[in-house]
Amino acid sequence: MTTSLSNVPDSSGRFGEFGRRFVPETLMHALEELTQEYEKAKQDPAFQAELDDLLKHYVGRPNPLYFAERLTEHCGGGKIYFKREDLNHTGAHKINNTMGQALLTMRMGKKRVIAETGAGQHGVASAVACARFGLECIVYMGEEDIRRQKLNVFNMKMMGAEVRGVSSGSKTLRDAVNEAMRDWMSSVETTHYIIGSVIGPHPFPMMVRDFQSVIGKEAREQCLAQTGKLPDHVIACVGGGSNSAGMFYPFIDDEGVKLTGVEAGGRGPEPGEHASTLSYGAKGVLHGSFGYVLQDDDGQTMDVHSISAGLDYPGVGPEHSYWKDSGRVNYTAITDDEALEGFQTMARLEGIIPAIESSHAIAYAVKAARQASPDETIVVCLSGRGDKDVNEVARLLGREI
Amino acid sequence: MTSSISEKFATLKSENRMAFMPFITAGDPDLATTVDVLKELARQGVDLVEVGFPYSDPIADGPVIQESYTRALNNGFHVHDLFEALKALSADESVSLPPLVGMVSYAIIFRYGADRFLQEAADAGFSGLIVPDLPGDEAQEFAEKTRTAQLDLVQLVSPLTPEDRTRRIVQAANGFIYCISVAGTTGVRDELPPELTAHLESLRSLTDLPLAVGFGISKPSHVDTLRGKADGFIIGSAIVKQFAAFSDPDKTRDEVISSIGKYAGEMAAATKG
Repeated sequence: MTTSLSNVPDSSGRFGEFGRRFVPETLMHALEELTQEYEKAKQDPAFQAELDDLLKHYVGRPNPLYFAERLTEHCGGGKIYFKREDLNHTGAHKINNTMGQALLTMRMGKKRVIAETGAGQHGVASAVACARFGLECIVYMGEEDIRRQKLNVFNMKMMGAEVRGVSSGSKTLRDAVNEAMRDWMSSVETTHYIIGSVIGPHPFPMMVRDFQSVIGKEAREQCLAQTGKLPDHVIACVGGGSNSAGMFYPFIDDEGVKLTGVEAGGRGPEPGEHASTLSYGAKGVLHGSFGYVLQDDDGQTMDVHSISAGLDYPGVGPEHSYWKDSGRVNYTAITDDEALEGFQTMARLEGIIPAIESSHAIAYAVKAARQASPDETIVVCLSGRGDKDVNEVARLLGREI
Repeated sequence: MTSSISEKFATLKSENRMAFMPFITAGDPDLATTVDVLKELARQGVDLVEVGFPYSDPIADGPVIQESYTRALNNGFHVHDLFEALKALSADESVSLPPLVGMVSYAIIFRYGADRFLQEAADAGFSGLIVPDLPGDEAQEFAEKTRTAQLDLVQLVSPLTPEDRTRRIVQAANGFIYCISVAGTTGVRDELPPELTAHLESLRSLTDLPLAVGFGISKPSHVDTLRGKADGFIIGSAIVKQFAAFSDPDKTRDEVISSIGKYAGEMAAATKG
């Protein structure tokens, strides 16, 4: 059973029953072309060498696997290690994917890139990649997220990207994805859409997972080198699910490694109060693929809430849906308040200000460590740094900056 | 199977006319209005009606139709209520409804349950369905089910669809082929693209099914461009944008319905050349 988990998707983009392509016909040809080009690039040593070089010299990989001694002492149980994606250029894991997709954009001879962003980290990473390679960059962002993430909006503009506010619906990530898809419908011949998570139609979930798998590959090797064994437990936060997919995938066949994805529990379990798709959703179609979706009985997507702009998405990647149903990965939720607590604990005990997304994983890791014995190792993906979140956190804590 | 859609296109062909198919959003602003608009469109002699099911995340639609969907959903639109309302309308012998074609996201069909959806759609009087986010590759299983339910599954072809793919799509289609005029979303455009003619000619060489053109059509001059090349045309945004007037306090409901009917009547007249 577990060995087959790493051999997905099939050629039609199926992760078991999940994934595939539910998009308008206008996009089908571009998806075929992208799939073929990506398959060629994957086999092309020159492409891989260029990507490796960029990840090393531009992104700053490998980043450390850091033993959080004080947090471990505080919990009094298992040893907590952090995979430091926050130390990447741009301060988050998102750049692993945008570097790869920017190289693909150029292979396909396209000059224009569109992207969507929630917290702004993927928008920044797209703007960075486009600035680095001289590509035109348009970033779609919900107006509510523009309000929450002013710093990232400013950074994107500084790097030459155009940020287009989206005022429809809940004015958040889901609406930004809709708008980016619409742009792509009319520009698909000249434009590549750099999807920022393991969502969307095939080949995006596979491709983004592959580009992000560098996280888990490095963590696996570093853990073996630093502790002499594989981790007992790997934890990462899940919105669309790209940092967690990249973290989990290289461990998926290691049956002894427990994997936990942490969703945004928001204010509670009632509909509209959280963004815990795998905990509370049902199977359905959203943004071009089949997976778990937070939806009503008519298939209408529900509004979601999270303290984190990067996690408040009503869908999730199809591979996570597959992992959930196979039982390989356990998914759970952490509330807004618990995440805020995790944020502060991390800052005080480790001198690291984490992204509010990552704070969900941290809050869960604290709970898990307390239940674990001192000889157990817990590896947490610290998916990004929290500079972008400090204004929002200060507001929520009632403090002034 | 000869469906009412096929029969309609055959009749129109014998009369040397194109089919005019207006699109309306179900439930904008409410289902009672949808029913009255349908009656008005029937009176104006439209040939078929495309009934859009409001969806929260429509990626193929432009802002006019998205806003219309939002109005309907905010007013509490539910799929089952639409089916019930249309079932009652179909049973009304004083109304001679044209064939109805549902435009519906697969997200709705899957969640509702494909078998239940098809059964209720057939009972409500639908003759066919267009499922824009279920491209030919993904449609095989659902296509079987629609055949069983005696509904046509209309397939879309875009100007970017390569010929080998088009061949596969048209083989699996029935009812008519929905020819997307431009790469992009729905919405009114000033001119139809010049390459549309070549695209229609190419499609004509691949299938005997009627060709209906959609996206960007809004005025009689567009219809003239299509004459002799297409078998029908669909108008969406140009009609749907008139639905915003239902919330205009200076207009009565009857005035808005009458205005929609007048426009539909002019476009229906344009099909006669």
